[in-house]
Amino acid sequence: MTSPFLRRFRIFFSTIVLICSILVFVDFRSLIPAKYINAFLYLQFVPSALKFVQIRSLAAGGFIFVLLLTFLTGRTYCSFLCPLGIGMDLFSRMGGWFKKKFRRFGYKRPFTFVRYSLLAITLTVTFIWGIYMLTLLDPYSIFGRFITFFIKPLFLYFNNFLESILRRFDVYILSNIHVHGFSPMTYLIPLFFLLLISTLSFTRGRLYCNMICPVGTFLGLISKISLFRIKFSEDKCTRCGRCSVGCKSSCIDFLKYHVDVSRCVDCFNCINTCPEKALSYGISDFRTKKQETDQSRRAFITGSLILLSGTSYTTRGQEKKTPVPTRLSTVKESRTYPVCPPGAGSMEEFNRLCTACSLCITACPDRVLRPAVKEYGIAGLMQPVMDYHKSFCSYNCTICNEICPTNALKPLIVEAKKLTQIGKVIFIKDNCIVKTEKTACGACSESCPTKAVFMIPYEDNLLIPDTNQDICIGCGHCEYACPTIPYKAIFVDGNPVHQAAQKPETTEAEISTPEDFPF
Amino acid sequence: MKRRDFFSKSVMAGMAAGAAATFGGYDKLWARSSNTARYDMVAVMGGTPEAMFDMGIQELGGIGAFISRGQRVLVKPNIGWDATPEMAANTNPMLVKRIIEHCFKAGAKEVYVLDHSIDNWLNTYKNSGIERAARSAKAKVVPANSESYYQSVNIPAGVRLKTTKVHGMLLETDVYINVPVLKDHNSTRMSCCLKNAMGLVWDRGFWHGNNLHQCIADFALYERKPVLNIIDCYNVIVKNGPQGVSREDVVMMKSLIITPDWVAGDTAAAKMLGVEPEKIDYIPIAYKMGLGNMKLDSLNIRRIKM
Repeated sequence: MTSPFLRRFRIFFSTIVLICSILVFVDFRSLIPAKYINAFLYLQFVPSALKFVQIRSLAAGGFIFVLLLTFLTGRTYCSFLCPLGIGMDLFSRMGGWFKKKFRRFGYKRPFTFVRYSLLAITLTVTFIWGIYMLTLLDPYSIFGRFITFFIKPLFLYFNNFLESILRRFDVYILSNIHVHGFSPMTYLIPLFFLLLISTLSFTRGRLYCNMICPVGTFLGLISKISLFRIKFSEDKCTRCGRCSVGCKSSCIDFLKYHVDVSRCVDCFNCINTCPEKALSYGISDFRTKKQETDQSRRAFITGSLILLSGTSYTTRGQEKKTPVPTRLSTVKESRTYPVCPPGAGSMEEFNRLCTACSLCITACPDRVLRPAVKEYGIAGLMQPVMDYHKSFCSYNCTICNEICPTNALKPLIVEAKKLTQIGKVIFIKDNCIVKTEKTACGACSESCPTKAVFMIPYEDNLLIPDTNQDICIGCGHCEYACPTIPYKAIFVDGNPVHQAAQKPETTEAEISTPEDFPF
Repeated sequence: MKRRDFFSKSVMAGMAAGAAATFGGYDKLWARSSNTARYDMVAVMGGTPEAMFDMGIQELGGIGAFISRGQRVLVKPNIGWDATPEMAANTNPMLVKRIIEHCFKAGAKEVYVLDHSIDNWLNTYKNSGIERAARSAKAKVVPANSESYYQSVNIPAGVRLKTTKVHGMLLETDVYINVPVLKDHNSTRMSCCLKNAMGLVWDRGFWHGNNLHQCIADFALYERKPVLNIIDCYNVIVKNGPQGVSREDVVMMKSLIITPDWVAGDTAAAKMLGVEPEKIDYIPIAYKMGLGNMKLDSLNIRRIKM
């Protein structure tokens, strides 16, 4: 195929994917139903693979589809479906405006050692120790963090600007949303990657994808045997070199009539660039393919694989020690455990599966989730944690666990969520207004959806909080509402393993329907 | 004078005269003519919220006795909780709708509905049914979820609450109608008229930390007071308030209390709930501060059973 339609279709398709991806992450009014978000993210490679490992069902089989797609068509995933890659194309194009007159790309040798090492390290670390490398390098998660950390605030400012204008005209279809950032530490990694990826794509096209991205490298390996690929017709080629200069993957060696398919992302730019139509996209001609085997590379990969299969189980046996939570009596609220979102099951399991894409952080209507700094240890940096000083978890809401693409948060129906205890309430009487000020308060009990925090008689006519941990689900509304500073008089201590809360007891009301006015 | 000037000037003059008639408050004089303040309070029992309101407000001379033609009206229900109408944590949406309809019929220029919710406001506005009910009656539903909507005001006579941030709508509208739902409350023992006004302020945490009862009474000193309190006692949370845990906490009382005096309204409401009004600290405090009458015997109360 030499049709210019291929490239146009790619641009059209990827634009839609990019816009949808951005919308999914900036949807600050929760307008997109969870099922659409799930369907849209179904094909994201790393999240889908992680989910598949757990539930082993085609409901999470998006990555299998991507693998098949790659066998058939090469690295189309990188140009059509990867939001980070599409974003890079946009940057690369902007770079072209500034460097139009120069030879931009041209054929370059691949960074073979770097890319396969990074892939091997990523796989090894993932299988043996945990999710950390995927958290850093999964392109979807990187994209998610970019939008959540840097782009969404811009949308919010714009929304607030529009809202302030509409308000003057007595129109209230929008609402003002306070923009708050996260802890500065959590910006380090997204900022580093933002600079790295934007610079690389601005100047060198898809170099990041072909040097660092483990998904790109992995799909590149598969695309070496893909059915469809970019091919040269040697008889038509005049060796003008335009294809090579315009190739953002720097993978066309026109002097040898060779396209490095492991780096080609099927953008189809070369097809349109070639004045002679010497480049086409079609079924691979395996007969002319030369067998070149790099023995050292093969040994390296085999070695890594052996290492993986051999050591993963032995090392996984060494589980982290779980300290016993201690009941607190001091005035300072000190948590034994952070609170991780409902659906996590347990902290350890959650830490093992979350790639910190921050979709839940941005989607939470209560904005109670924020990227962790050191709550989960350094490895859990940027994974979501509940922040009850900022907000609380709505009793009826299950959005975070409905949309989690990696299944780090498992779907819970609302009734199950209402009985999932993610933490336990702890009351510090010495901090409480009722004791210190001798005045009424009850903000905690007022907010409690299960009445795990209730009021009992205290001195004079006063009422003071008391707690029933059995029915507490750890939503943090009490902690959020508590007006004491700097330390709260009531807080939620996380459950390292989520538990089932008991149902609140119900009793018939003592008052009955009145017959007459009592006044 | 050219003909064109004559025309434009006469049109201007006509508009000025019309505007004077509209904004000059003459309507107020007519509306408040005969039957105003015959009763200090009307209590209705036994009908739907809408029917009880229709009947009750008629006894007070219609809502036109309290609002004037061309005024912008703020209706302040309780929309604090993410709960469905039958849980009675929020004001009955049909009652809110009926009040808005009456306001428009009485010539209100615009009606606004808002509450600074405690649960997520998008959920409370939606699941309470109030957003839809108010919009269907052509009222404007205003968000109250961000500090940017609030403005600092002073309450010089306040004992503990000297300054607080109130929703801008309270300052921009001409009159406000308080539409609380009667509920048990775990710490103040009852949530009704005076307590409902907390939904107009931003920094409620300060109230909780600085003698809640005194702050509730202090805020009633603020110059913008409701012209009318319409207390929804149709379904009443009698325990585990103010949000209730289950339907067992709700008792159907099928009642409605309408009064311009919110201290009297709270006193009557406390009796409905079976609580001694003296036990609810903010009621005697507000009474002593002269904010209303808690001696129901001295009031002219019209009681209607449908």
